Amino acid sequence: MLGPVIETLIGGLLTGVLYALVALGFVLIFKASGVFNFAQGAMVLFAALSLARLSEFMPLLLALALSIAIMIALAYAIELLVLRHLINQEGIILFMATLGIAYFLEGFGQALWGSDIYKIDLGLPTNPIFLFETVFPGGILVDPAELIAAIICAVLVLVLALFFQFTRMGRALRAVADDHQAAQSVGIPLGQIWFMVWAVAGLVALVAGMMWGTKLGVQFSLSLVALKALPVLILGGFTSIPGAIVGGLIIGAGEKLAEVLLAPVLIRTFDLAGGGIENWFAYVLALLFLLVRPQGLFGERIIERV
Amino acid sequence: MRAPTGQDIAADELLLSVDDVSLSFGGVKAVTGVSFDIRKGEIRAIIGPNGAGKTSMLNVINGFYHPQRGKITFKGKTRSRMRPYVAARGGIARTFQNVALFKGMTALDNIMAGRALKMRRGFFCQMLWLGPALAEEVEHRRRVEEIIDFLKIQHIRKIPVGKLPYGLQKRVELGRALAMEPDLLLLDEPMAGMNLEEKEDMSRYILDLNNHFGTTIALIEHDMGVVMDLSDRVLVLDHGIKIADGAPAEVQADARVIDAYLGVSH
Repeated sequence: MLGPVIETLIGGLLTGVLYALVALGFVLIFKASGVFNFAQGAMVLFAALSLARLSEFMPLLLALALSIAIMIALAYAIELLVLRHLINQEGIILFMATLGIAYFLEGFGQALWGSDIYKIDLGLPTNPIFLFETVFPGGILVDPAELIAAIICAVLVLVLALFFQFTRMGRALRAVADDHQAAQSVGIPLGQIWFMVWAVAGLVALVAGMMWGTKLGVQFSLSLVALKALPVLILGGFTSIPGAIVGGLIIGAGEKLAEVLLAPVLIRTFDLAGGGIENWFAYVLALLFLLVRPQGLFGERIIERV
Repeated sequence: MRAPTGQDIAADELLLSVDDVSLSFGGVKAVTGVSFDIRKGEIRAIIGPNGAGKTSMLNVINGFYHPQRGKITFKGKTRSRMRPYVAARGGIARTFQNVALFKGMTALDNIMAGRALKMRRGFFCQMLWLGPALAEEVEHRRRVEEIIDFLKIQHIRKIPVGKLPYGLQKRVELGRALAMEPDLLLLDEPMAGMNLEEKEDMSRYILDLNNHFGTTIALIEHDMGVVMDLSDRVLVLDHGIKIADGAPAEVQADARVIDAYLGVSH
């Protein structure tokens, strides 16, 4: 019994890291502008589409480099065309702007790259690895692609967390998040900070899109992965990078374990037609969290604008 | 080329001159045709009843507001529109009427944020904490500790400023502005909401800054005793219009100023 549970747990944690990666994009922009960026999911889709289609007729590394350039250019365009004109506006107005960006990106991405299902082949090993074969009968199955993805995410997250905590740029970012006007008065250029944050969020979206795209295929529903980031954010707190990680891990592991352990019990007890607990578990957990600890595990303060 | 005249030399001493500036929001006129100047090394007070346009004037100087009419000359450069961070880069620092600190950050980090402009190491250098970036951080940290000593806030440096009492928050905010090593320091009601003792402390800091470091200061203040004691020259605004400008004693005796404050009708 223990073997399959641990296997589920590990699978869940690895998926959780991928959730965390999407959540991270939200946290970056929320930290820098106090705005919930509705377009993060669309950015994941757009980045994945770019990478998938470009890699069809050029080597993967070149496609990756081009996709990075595209995401940076996108951040620049968003700052230039949208954000720059909304400095010192209410949070809700910036939120509406990201809503507009989201729908534009989804449409524009599909117009540009097509709306079929595309593949990204990173050339990662596909044969499952079996761990602890001596301890558990049959060992514990781990997907190496997911493992590598998790390692990449972990490194990315670590670098970003350190960067925000310990550098001038990080301090400038936190300053902007706290008070736009005061930040400007000490000479922090809001426009440049926003450009940088959106560029980093775009790169994080690219990594997330790459990993999810490898796992699920690149298609429109990829932008919906972003919705899974919501409960992660509520758990971890909107302003905390470590929070996004821990939140992602809890949601990832929680929903898989719930599916395996809780669902059979529920089905037996209430004579239900089927499981599907995985689909709503995260949201119920988030709801409970909102009631008990609305700022999340690591959040700095009560969420005002979402 | 002409020989320098007395007027030119006087103009050299000017740090900032505001020339016929008007600012309105929709139909509301905040400032109308105001001209005044700030000389290098002086303490310049801006006073006036509530809604006189004092804070609007500061906001124009540091680039938050763009006047519809008029010119501003700072350190010999004239401009009508300027972004706040450009003003900061040019050497204008300020504090706010309602303390605008970075609430989630410690006192130390707040003041370090004031060094934002002085740090030059690039993005990747910081990212990797490479030697030069580290050395730079250490150097700035030393300067910031000097400011902390000057303001006597050693004991609160690691406390998130949101948790500090108001008087200390004001002092941290002053520290953040000082960290910019400004040529012109704008203080928007530095003593509002303070008790007598805190006001005396703040006055002493302002005088010390001016005497020892030669910092030019423009301040808005309601406490007349403080204004008269501290300032070299006083500008009086009422309903966005300049009604008096001169030495504290002159201004105090001006009939229009007395009327504005006492609300005498004509």
